[in-house]
Amino acid sequence: MKRIVIHEEYCIGCRLCEVHCLVAHSSSRDIIKAYRNERNTVISRVIVEESGPLSFAMQCRQCQDPRCLEACPSGAMHRDPDTGAVTCDESRCVGCWMCIMVCPAGAVQQSLTQHKVASKCDLCQDAGDPACVAHCPNEALTYEEVL
Amino acid sequence: MSITIVGNSAAAVGAIEAIRAYDADVPIHVITAEGPAIYSRPLISHYVAGDIDRQRLAYRGSSFYEDHGVDTVFHEPVTAIDPEGHTVTTNAGRVVSYDKLLLAVGGSPIVPPMPGLDLEGVTTFASLEDAQAIESLLKQGRARHAVVVGGGMIGIKATDALTKRGIRVTMVELAPRILIRALDDESAAMMTRLFGRAGVRVLTENTVAEIIPDNGHIAGVVLQDGQRLDCDLLVFGIGVRPNVTLARDAGLEVNRGLVVDRGMRTSDPDIYAAGDVAEAYDLVVDLNRTVAIWPNAYRQGAIAGAQMLGQPREDHGGIPMNAIEVAGVPCVAIGSGNAEGASYDVLTRGTAADGSRGQPQYRRLVLEGNRLVGVILVGNISRAGIYTGLIRHRVDISAHRDSLLSDRLSLLSVPEDYRKHVVRGESIEV
Repeated sequence: MKRIVIHEEYCIGCRLCEVHCLVAHSSSRDIIKAYRNERNTVISRVIVEESGPLSFAMQCRQCQDPRCLEACPSGAMHRDPDTGAVTCDESRCVGCWMCIMVCPAGAVQQSLTQHKVASKCDLCQDAGDPACVAHCPNEALTYEEVL
Repeated sequence: MSITIVGNSAAAVGAIEAIRAYDADVPIHVITAEGPAIYSRPLISHYVAGDIDRQRLAYRGSSFYEDHGVDTVFHEPVTAIDPEGHTVTTNAGRVVSYDKLLLAVGGSPIVPPMPGLDLEGVTTFASLEDAQAIESLLKQGRARHAVVVGGGMIGIKATDALTKRGIRVTMVELAPRILIRALDDESAAMMTRLFGRAGVRVLTENTVAEIIPDNGHIAGVVLQDGQRLDCDLLVFGIGVRPNVTLARDAGLEVNRGLVVDRGMRTSDPDIYAAGDVAEAYDLVVDLNRTVAIWPNAYRQGAIAGAQMLGQPREDHGGIPMNAIEVAGVPCVAIGSGNAEGASYDVLTRGTAADGSRGQPQYRRLVLEGNRLVGVILVGNISRAGIYTGLIRHRVDISAHRDSLLSDRLSLLSVPEDYRKHVVRGESIEV
């Protein structure tokens, strides 16, 4: 399956990946509306780690043997039968945070919605390339067939 | 070749999904004392709290067994194993043969023997049946004051759930503080204060000595210290004991749990065990022990499933961990987070919220030499799994103590080699 590959040597910490991830997961899918009206309900699922000159954008690593999947007692965390991507079915998530406790990348976050759910990268399944990859100006994120 | 699995929870599902990932055809039989629904025991507190409905207790869909080509026997507990003859027998006298057998029979709630356990309003907090009994009392408005016995994970979850439903709860814990096996003094005091704010009475160094009946229903309890509490619901949330009788009767090596090796194999080469019944390797203490948590159960089941097919997948060890929430404040305990003593180095940060207001924040890291062996977080649990990874991979963190204690925990808080390993996402196993 295709995975997002992180190239920290090309990352300039511009955070456009975060911006476009948030927009891609907003209801409006509109950059202005998403930022003006939806900031309280939607978060970026990619996190830019930054310290001095070092930065890189981090999202779910799509582990082959995902800890989040085995730890999830609700069945929300699952592997998409068609794409193979590990995603969270937010309608089944109860917000127990077991996934947060086991993800070695720290790539699962608490959502901001009233309904407590775990929020993680879904590889933008219904689009083409993930939004973070598509909007990275430096190819510090690429979407590649790995393994 | 055929595989028989006794049980139908996390370990059984983990095994079935692993088996089918390798082999679409090998016959699998599931025999369980319970019904066809594969429900999630950890979610019953969410159900009792009213956060989710009955349907959402389903861990896997109703067609799971059919989809995975599994033959099933429901509502029949297995009563005997014949390791020589490779058969199991159910209470209905049904005999099922196996080439490989997985015991995923879980544990049973611990209930101290005393008269009155069969009264209406007296229950454990472990099964769908328990949850439905409580739910039915709550719905009829027949439970207003509950006593919860046990201030461990189960007792906490029961107490928090009942409190959310507007029930006045008194929690009774035998130890000097709640969550004694997971939390240290400071964090336990924070959770106790949160309960206090939510109107829960927490009594320590005390337990229920006697149940007072009233026409087939519970009317109250007498505590060990002699005080009487009126209540119409008594919930035992003390803990679970591994269901080892079946295995012991079959002559398998049993300690507290059913002893297994790194391939989840018991002392009989054709019998495996996984989940709450298994006494498997725990990498934090470097010993086998029973740790009844969902992630271990699923993984152990998956390992057993692979091993029964001759696949070389091994257990690298579990880590005890749990996440709870009291009055909306999350708390996470990983590994030996509450360890004290000269062989540990303890780093803490944070403050108890003063008196009645504010959210407490607390972070406690326990190091043994250069390695992280345990963590407690209260309030901000963001990215807690980074710690779990460091514990699991036994990473030398001696140069990163300060950044790891930061409230802004990130992958920049860990050693570069390990960070690159995680970022590449090549492998999660060591």
